Amino acid sequence: MNSPLLRVKDLTIDIPVGGGTLNAVRGIDFDLNRGETLCIVGESGSGKSLTSLALMGLLGGRIKRTATQMDFDGIDLTKANNKTMRALRGDRMAMIFQEPMTSLNPAFTIGNQLMEALLLHRNVGKDAARARAVELLEKVGITAAESRLSQYPHQLSGGLRQRVMIAMALMCEPELIIADEPTTALDVTIQAQILRLLVDLGREMNMAMILITHDLGVVARVADKVAVMYAGELVETGSAEQVFNAPMHPYTRGLLRCIPQPGKTERGARLGTIPGIVPNLVGGVTGCPFRTRCDQAVAACRDAIPHRKPAENHRFRCVHETGHQTAEAAV
Amino acid sequence: MSTTDTNQPVLELRNVSKTYTVKQGMFGKPKPLKAINDVSLSLKRGEVLGLVGESGCGKSTLAKILLGLEDPTKGEVRVDGEVIGATDRRTLARRIQPIFQDPYSSLNPRKSIEDIISLPLRVHNIGDSNSQDKAVREILDIVGLPQRVMRTYPSQMSGGQRQRVAIARALIMKPEIVICDEPTSALDVSVQSQILNLLNDLRAEFNLTYLFISHDLAVVEHLATRVAVMYLGRIVEESSVGGLFDTSGHPYTQALLKSVLTPEAGKGVPDTELGMEYPNPIAPPSGCHFHPRCPMAMTHCATIPPRPVPTAEGHVECHLFDGENGHDAGAPLVREGV
Repeated sequence: MNSPLLRVKDLTIDIPVGGGTLNAVRGIDFDLNRGETLCIVGESGSGKSLTSLALMGLLGGRIKRTATQMDFDGIDLTKANNKTMRALRGDRMAMIFQEPMTSLNPAFTIGNQLMEALLLHRNVGKDAARARAVELLEKVGITAAESRLSQYPHQLSGGLRQRVMIAMALMCEPELIIADEPTTALDVTIQAQILRLLVDLGREMNMAMILITHDLGVVARVADKVAVMYAGELVETGSAEQVFNAPMHPYTRGLLRCIPQPGKTERGARLGTIPGIVPNLVGGVTGCPFRTRCDQAVAACRDAIPHRKPAENHRFRCVHETGHQTAEAAV
Repeated sequence: MSTTDTNQPVLELRNVSKTYTVKQGMFGKPKPLKAINDVSLSLKRGEVLGLVGESGCGKSTLAKILLGLEDPTKGEVRVDGEVIGATDRRTLARRIQPIFQDPYSSLNPRKSIEDIISLPLRVHNIGDSNSQDKAVREILDIVGLPQRVMRTYPSQMSGGQRQRVAIARALIMKPEIVICDEPTSALDVSVQSQILNLLNDLRAEFNLTYLFISHDLAVVEHLATRVAVMYLGRIVEESSVGGLFDTSGHPYTQALLKSVLTPEAGKGVPDTELGMEYPNPIAPPSGCHFHPRCPMAMTHCATIPPRPVPTAEGHVECHLFDGENGHDAGAPLVREGV
């Protein structure tokens, strides 16, 4: 029980493109215990969705994934073949996608899609699968669950569809759930309800969860562990308290300055910004990928960037020991 | 901060309703859907009205009516005191311009940025090609884009740059009112703050009036001077931004405010106490439309529609605030078991 459910070391994802290789994810490490929630936060193109697909073994054939270690409960995922992965997916690890409109099959009923995973992975009959589907729909707060089974996705609202997606992921009581922007397309009120539901169910079933999002509010409220991703690297990891109350990396601090915080940001005042754009990741990336946009950048940012550990479980990568430029370096 | 140089509202809606007729199923009877139900609003020059509510509440229909893309079924919209509908679409377009949510689908991919921004000038026959060219260069400067983007196409630009193009296109007509329909929700956090800063600067510089539609209450609180909360086609509360966010009244407003996830670690996800379902707008609940989801609902909320009660800075439509003044129905304020 002491070894983590998921341990990832030096995960790298390369995508061959016209002009060379896109180094989309470069050497990221994290681990996750049972019952824990890890939030990976980052902007579009930072590689957070690719990371989740890599864990599930769902990357396209041309995309190259390497890792020195990628263990799921003792199973070495780097060596797992398609058959092993198929047996894991939907059973012991499941995924919830962002767009319930496009990730549910419009041609099959809700019931059909809910029961599929259970019938495939477990030795159960249709009646038992049906009963389990109804049980889970009720658990995710859907009323008249029995009658919903014969409905098609287009007959449900966005919030309901996302609940169906969650119920579907939970059918086999997975040990790991990966949710990629599960509430981005929803109203704020529904978002709060769905997140509460996920957190409660996770606790109840002792599930580990990886939540991928760009919404810092969601991260702060849901995460046990936070990983801030920028241009394919984890620039800062730590507990939610560490990352939000004592952010070390200039990128994390910059992101937190960008959002208006009720009660803290003066109404109508200028918000912080991060000027510039993300670097091109095609062809070797050296040094700190954030240096072109960073207000603390110095010449040394072009070289290898050390890993720093300001506190237990809190890590960040920066040439500056405190994440801030010191007086002498500024001269 | 907001200028009140004149008391004449620049934009006014008087008892505006919009009813669509929808058929349910192939042989279903057509039924009326009240997308906007007797809405009155007024906006002074330089104000920013934040319009918030869940999807399906009628926010976007309201925006379409203001842009002249839909005609109201009842009521009238006045711009500078003039009823629109009487003025033609072209005149209206000079005064009110939109900025839409998705900068990926609202710019024509086959037109250069110069063509996109200058199109309104060409449609309205303003100036010759030289002065149009000059106007485009000026507006690019204002929205913070380099001159060289004129010859590029939308596909060569990032999301933030595209939204700047959309803003430039809206402002080149020198409108008085800009309807911003979720202008930053498709953008990354670091880009969102740049666009919000830009919108704020432009408002101050050109004394613009914004209708700012958003579901992000933190953004609305930051940018707006007034806020209107919409539920099933009605404005259930309207107030100054301070009045609404500091001392909100309507239970629905409170639920919306509760559901804002501020980035504070360890606080957990709030319980909105809203129940699960947004009601079907074709068959809205009786009495107060909000009563089935309301944690404060009383017995008469199910039967008697609330009337607008004036408050210090706007109005609120809720029986909770109509008690002392003697509700004409005389129903007792008895709490139903919550």
